[in-house]
Amino acid sequence: MALVLTEEQSMLRDSARGLISDKAPVSHLRSLRDSKDPTGFSKELWHSFAEMGFAGLLVPEEFGGSGLGFMEAGVVMEEIGRTLMPSPFLATSVVAASALNRGGNAAQKSEYLPKISNGSLLATLAIDEGTKHRPLQTSLQAVRAGNGFKLSGAKALVVDGHVADLFIVAARTAGSAGERDGLTLFLVNPKAKGVAIERTIMVDAHNAARIELSNVEVNADSVLGEVDQGAALLDGVLDIGRGAVAAEMVGLSDEVFNRTVEYLKNRKQFGKLIGEFQALQHRAAELYVDIEITRAAMMKALQALDADVAKAASAVAVAKARAGTTATRAVQEGVQMHGGMGMTDQFDIGFFMKRARVCEELFGDANYHTEQLARARGY
Amino acid sequence: MSETETDDLETFRSETRAWLEANCPPEMRKPATADTDVFWGGRNAKFSSEPQRIWFERMRDKGWTVPDWPKEYGGGGLSAAEHKVLRSEMAKLGARPPLSSFGIWMLGPALLKYGNEAQKKEHLPKIAAGLTRWCQGYSEPNAGSDLASLQTRAESDGDDFIITGSKIWTSYANYADWIFCLVRTDASAKKHDGISFILFDMTSKGVTTKPILLISGYSPFCETFFDGVRVPKSHVVGTVNRGWDVAKYLLQHERAMISGMGERGVGRPLGQIAADSVGSDAQGRLDDSMLRGRIASFDVDEAALAACAERAVDLAKAGQAHPAFSSAMKYYGTELNKRRYEILMSAGGVDALEWESERSRQGARPRAWLRTKANSIEGGTTEVMLGIVAKRILDLPGA
Repeated sequence: MALVLTEEQSMLRDSARGLISDKAPVSHLRSLRDSKDPTGFSKELWHSFAEMGFAGLLVPEEFGGSGLGFMEAGVVMEEIGRTLMPSPFLATSVVAASALNRGGNAAQKSEYLPKISNGSLLATLAIDEGTKHRPLQTSLQAVRAGNGFKLSGAKALVVDGHVADLFIVAARTAGSAGERDGLTLFLVNPKAKGVAIERTIMVDAHNAARIELSNVEVNADSVLGEVDQGAALLDGVLDIGRGAVAAEMVGLSDEVFNRTVEYLKNRKQFGKLIGEFQALQHRAAELYVDIEITRAAMMKALQALDADVAKAASAVAVAKARAGTTATRAVQEGVQMHGGMGMTDQFDIGFFMKRARVCEELFGDANYHTEQLARARGY
Repeated sequence: MSETETDDLETFRSETRAWLEANCPPEMRKPATADTDVFWGGRNAKFSSEPQRIWFERMRDKGWTVPDWPKEYGGGGLSAAEHKVLRSEMAKLGARPPLSSFGIWMLGPALLKYGNEAQKKEHLPKIAAGLTRWCQGYSEPNAGSDLASLQTRAESDGDDFIITGSKIWTSYANYADWIFCLVRTDASAKKHDGISFILFDMTSKGVTTKPILLISGYSPFCETFFDGVRVPKSHVVGTVNRGWDVAKYLLQHERAMISGMGERGVGRPLGQIAADSVGSDAQGRLDDSMLRGRIASFDVDEAALAACAERAVDLAKAGQAHPAFSSAMKYYGTELNKRRYEILMSAGGVDALEWESERSRQGARPRAWLRTKANSIEGGTTEVMLGIVAKRILDLPGA
């Protein structure tokens, strides 16, 4: 499979770019932030996403979706990254839809997937508990109670947590923190008794929440996948999320870079364009190469996920690790080369720096994924 | 790609795999470690082993020393997609290239684009069959990064040019049969406009070479002197005074070749090599945690670069490649290879310092380490590459 976009994927990119750049430039994020918008995203835009088939992009056609693959999801994520559009696309359409599609039984799929496709249901994965992404350290307890389970514990960085209609909660049904066995995914209604949700206003002005579960009762039908054997399902779903975030970070990096190069071509100091200074030229060139290499790694990972999610782990680790270091470099160079202007809130560049920082933590940072690669290679 | 094409490609893959399995001698499935493991061809070529000869001859007979060249010039006539399949199947098997040559990597592509029919017929089949070994006459003592300021002059004398001057850093000039050479044919024109690209035999009267001893203790490069060398004008490739076009096109191929010098994905992983020397803990992690981190970061970047190299080929095939992208790859690939050898030296510790012992295979590692330092100089320095990216890809002012 060639590492270039097909004609269909290019068309998808163009239509996503058209919609997003038109309806949700960076000013859209800015106004949601400044108005302290209670939902943190535009419902109207989300309906447009659903109408264009993006909300159900990964959902099979039999459940009302577009039945496309992870490369296509990455194409949309990259465009989202370019304008930093706050959108339920990542949490609902990529991560939750994949969890339901890969782990759900027939009843669960037909209940939830059509609603994701038509834009009427928002869902999210609740995974992180500590300050860093450590999925195997999951310790939120699920104890058997009658025909079902009782869930108790806390989750952080639950994307779209305060607006979601469905939580997919990673919990421990057996074993102890650090073990692969004993993990189970549960479908939890955010309105259920014992669920406390705190919207956390984040540095990037995107949606996240902390949630706390106190003896939340769920029935046996709420188990997604198999009891105690959720680790493999979780691995796959997280890798899909990581690939998607890597694509967002490539879009973000590329946009920051383009804006910065534009600035180098227009800003004058010492009587000449600052882009004439070799010190800046070489730094810009290095950053360009970094972004292109990371883009290829990201595409390779998405292609690997499309071929076989279970075998994509190393390619995904490479992509997410690279995306982290590249985006971090891109936003820092972006601010630095914009000089004092880059430090102002009025200027958009800072939004990219903030979003890059959150994306870096999301589903594991560069250190985490570099470590995973080292372990996979046995040293 | 249509379904039939996909099917055909899969058939080609399985046939290729079977053929390689049957025909690649086991000895040729290990990475080359010594200089003699590489077969360069040429009039005076000698095989260092019987398996090397067998492997070369079998591949040559299929045209697979140059798989994507047209069959009429001794190539395999493979499509880009088939060539990619062959490369990936060879990589899976660990099969060595049967023939290494500047004729394949550099001159061939330039001749295919700029050569006339007679030149193609004369030279390409001999490159494919490993009969002629070529060297590259580009750099001069006063024309390094500023290559276009070269001074070697070619003066018209009837049907011939008389060439006088000197070149430096001519790789393996002392072993080469022929040279492709940049010469100044019009001293009054602007520096890029008076250059011609010409071919001649290294046994011509007036050619001498002198190897240069490098910090690695080896002499892969030479000084090359031309004292009134007579060369027919018909040996000019492309148009007289337009040699810079040919030179630049060839440089793109040279840079692609150098960026691939990192032997990516071949041989033992760095982490395992390091484990042998620094040891591992009970969980199998390297006992030197900082070194382990450096290796892991290297592995991330190496895997990402491999994806980018694959994408560069795919982009070229799709007609979407930027012509200067090889400069980007050259910069990154060579810097990465230097990093690789810094890690290898660090992992090797005291053992990697031995220069002459049998145990160290005559200091193979430190010599290779020192050799990599030239990677970011030869074929255009890292700084020149970054300048090209800034100017031609990013379109920055005054670059």
